Amino acid sequence: MVPTTHYLFLSAALLTIGVIGVLTRRNLIVVLMSIELILNAVNINLIAFARQLASVEGHVFAIFVITVAAAEAAVGLGILIAFFRNRETVNTDEIDLLKW
Amino acid sequence: MTFYLATFYVLGAIAVLSALLVITRRNPVHSAIFLIVTLLSVAGLYLQLQAEFLAAVQIILYIGGVMVLFLFVILLVNLEVTVRQEPFNRMWWIAGVAALVLLGELAVTYYLGRQAFAIPVTPAAALQPNTELIGRTLYQTYMLPFEIASVLLLVAMVGAVLMARRR
Repeated sequence: MVPTTHYLFLSAALLTIGVIGVLTRRNLIVVLMSIELILNAVNINLIAFARQLASVEGHVFAIFVITVAAAEAAVGLGILIAFFRNRETVNTDEIDLLKW
Repeated sequence: MTFYLATFYVLGAIAVLSALLVITRRNPVHSAIFLIVTLLSVAGLYLQLQAEFLAAVQIILYIGGVMVLFLFVILLVNLEVTVRQEPFNRMWWIAGVAALVLLGELAVTYYLGRQAFAIPVTPAAALQPNTELIGRTLYQTYMLPFEIASVLLLVAMVGAVLMARRR
């Protein structure tokens, strides 16, 4: 039996990698993939605690997280396609229509 | 005992290494493939945590649905210019320091709270049969959140179609 703390540290590592990806990458597609990494890290935490507390509610919330991740990916990629059609770029630092 | 730990370390190492490759590869197609590797090894960890249903959902929905969506968008968007450009922005080192501070905070919190996390793990049979238990909880206790999630998916679908439409 693997202690819960091991899973927490793994999830913290995946979350940090995802945050680094969101903050540093210029390609919007990779930024969206990093958000998926972050949400997966959250799911590992939820399921590790569900196992520790023998409660299936953690699994139910993980399903909700997966639902939100799917919705987020669909909307995010829709925005990306719309933006690419207008500006011919997917670089986050060139998406500055609201700045002046 | 040691078999469980060995499996955890192998799967965790694969997950972390391919996650690092996701954020460092220049080509988004390579990033997507390494993200699939990460998701697969996380699905293996779910199996180890007695979450069989979620492991299946992870593979079907994430790898079969979301990642295929990502690959299709990579196909639609012309990335030849982007691949030749600098993959990281100018402020990457500030972001790296901030993320490492976040990792340090989490590590300190987990270290200080290790007593609370070390409650004895309950027997293996508690979460079985997994799919039935999840179904019961989802349709009895969490009926309203479940319906709200379905409305959210509908709104996201309509929104994605509306935004990606050619006008």
